[in-house]
Amino acid sequence: MSDEVMKAPAIAAINLTKVYGSGNTEVIALNDVSLTVGRREIVALLGPSGAGKSTLLTAVGLINPPTSGRIEIGGRAVLEGERALVDLRKFRRENLGFVFQKANLIPFLSAVENVQVAMEINDVRPRQARKRAMDLLEYLGVSDRTGNLPDALSGGQQQRVAVARALANNPMLILADEPTAALDSFRGRQVMELFRKVAHEHDAGVIVVTHDQRSLDVFDRIVEMEDGRLRPHKEAQVAGH
Amino acid sequence: MNLAVKDIKHNVGRFMLTTVGIGLLLMIVMGMSGIYRGLIVEATLLIDHIGADLWVVQSDTRGPFAEISRIPRSMKDRVLAVPGVSRTRSFVSHTIQREHHGHPLRVVVQGLSWPEDKGEWIPLISGRYLSKGHYEMIADKSLGLELGEKLALGKDTYEVVGLTKGMVGSGGDGLGFFTVSDALSIQFDQPGEALRLERAARRERIASADLGRLQPSLVKRAAGLSSSIPALSPQAVNAVLVSVEPGCCPEKVISVLSKWPDISVYTTGQQRQLLLAGMVDKARRQIGLFRILLVIISMIIMALVIYTLTMDKIHDIAMLKLIGARNRVIVGLIMQQSVLTGLLGYLLAYWLGSYAFPKFPRQVIIENQDLLALAVVVLMISVGASLLGVWKAVKVEPNKVLAA
Repeated sequence: MSDEVMKAPAIAAINLTKVYGSGNTEVIALNDVSLTVGRREIVALLGPSGAGKSTLLTAVGLINPPTSGRIEIGGRAVLEGERALVDLRKFRRENLGFVFQKANLIPFLSAVENVQVAMEINDVRPRQARKRAMDLLEYLGVSDRTGNLPDALSGGQQQRVAVARALANNPMLILADEPTAALDSFRGRQVMELFRKVAHEHDAGVIVVTHDQRSLDVFDRIVEMEDGRLRPHKEAQVAGH
Repeated sequence: MNLAVKDIKHNVGRFMLTTVGIGLLLMIVMGMSGIYRGLIVEATLLIDHIGADLWVVQSDTRGPFAEISRIPRSMKDRVLAVPGVSRTRSFVSHTIQREHHGHPLRVVVQGLSWPEDKGEWIPLISGRYLSKGHYEMIADKSLGLELGEKLALGKDTYEVVGLTKGMVGSGGDGLGFFTVSDALSIQFDQPGEALRLERAARRERIASADLGRLQPSLVKRAAGLSSSIPALSPQAVNAVLVSVEPGCCPEKVISVLSKWPDISVYTTGQQRQLLLAGMVDKARRQIGLFRILLVIISMIIMALVIYTLTMDKIHDIAMLKLIGARNRVIVGLIMQQSVLTGLLGYLLAYWLGSYAFPKFPRQVIIENQDLLALAVVVLMISVGASLLGVWKAVKVEPNKVLAA
């Protein structure tokens, strides 16, 4: 990656608006939202259900374009309103990583294959992809379960494999939607700390939608959404780093 | 990494069951095709094997297979006198049904023009050809008769001296080859009482006529054997088979015979056509249409199976799309599974059919061209059937993952 790309924020969402329906049924899910997340920065996105968190996440994840506004990733404009400025699927493949509440691992692939497939669809040679997948699983502490199918993994292990898959193509931005909701508090915190480690060691920006108030100290910044608008968290705690 | 194979390995039981189901369905399609071929082969078997160039039959009939034809036995000698004709044979064929060991036995009685024709053209699997003018027969294996077995038909008993295989009539009944005389005896066999009554009636008719009153010896002769009365024609045959001299043009013989008002003449090709376009046409068309229907049903079932398998994976497909998988990865996953299902189903159908079809009561003939055509159809069905799944998969939005 060039220096310019490295210096640019991982994501800059500028004046995003998302409107569902029209007339009497019109719902404004995002109302002029702007958010910038830098490289090596991990941001928590809080807010009650229906506040627009998931809408914002899918908008910046290039899977649900905003009605208006602009999205730049790594300094490159990718969406202008609903108009794609790049091949979104290719851009997603090369620059974004996703983690969800459920690990969403492919059930017929082993742990290592779930990570490997993300690289193979990005044209990485199978042998090279295999090696990197093994390295990532080792980095995330699940190297002893690489050959297991998702069914044979615990929730925490599945989530680690999902994180490894999100990291597979060295993304600029990782988007996580309530990744610890299905985990106990100990494993939930472990996963949050993992995101922090990933952000700092892989030069990635990380946005985590969470309700878990106990792990907020892990984040560099906390923002809150309410009624489709973004505002700083009232009791923001910033990790000392 | 081949996602299709990985998925199959993970759901091997379901895949096997699906493949077995498709395989059985394809076996029926394959079998129906074989029955269709078998029907044609059985119908034309005799025409193809008997080695005649021309068939002389009763005037204005399409005999001897498509309809009844009767011509005098002397026709054989009349036709032999035509320039260009090298050999003539009488042809007699009719089906009988008798009880044999407590079971119905249907035999197509086929007359051989003894002594010119001893049945040398019949492919024997055991025994010998006919060596006597009476009381011997060559039987098709499907009749269930053993070599040396004796079969009573009418007033006579016939010994099985030779066995053949696959020689059946258009109805699928096994052929039994006799001399023409024996075949006619079997056909026109009458009980003694009927013969006595016929002779008595004949005697009364001539006795009451002037001719009988003037010549009493005629009354005496009328009460005798039918064959001893010159005024009564001998039993008719169904056709005369004509072989044309080598180097002679059959058209020349036809042009002579076609001028005779008491007969019609057909080439072997025309005789074949009469059978296929007439006698077995409806059965042939019915099986042909049924075969098409089966192919359509197979396509619908395969499409449903592939669609269901795709829908089971739709969440995983959405996930693959979310992480940026190209459409060709998704299409490959669905189409490879579909083609693999079709291919394995086809091989299974062939394997099962090779055991099952020979046990069918009528011939099931699987020809290479039919196998190839079915393979192409299966490939097309596999690809076509997967299109519904592909369409659904390509349409699915990646954010379906979030909704789960």
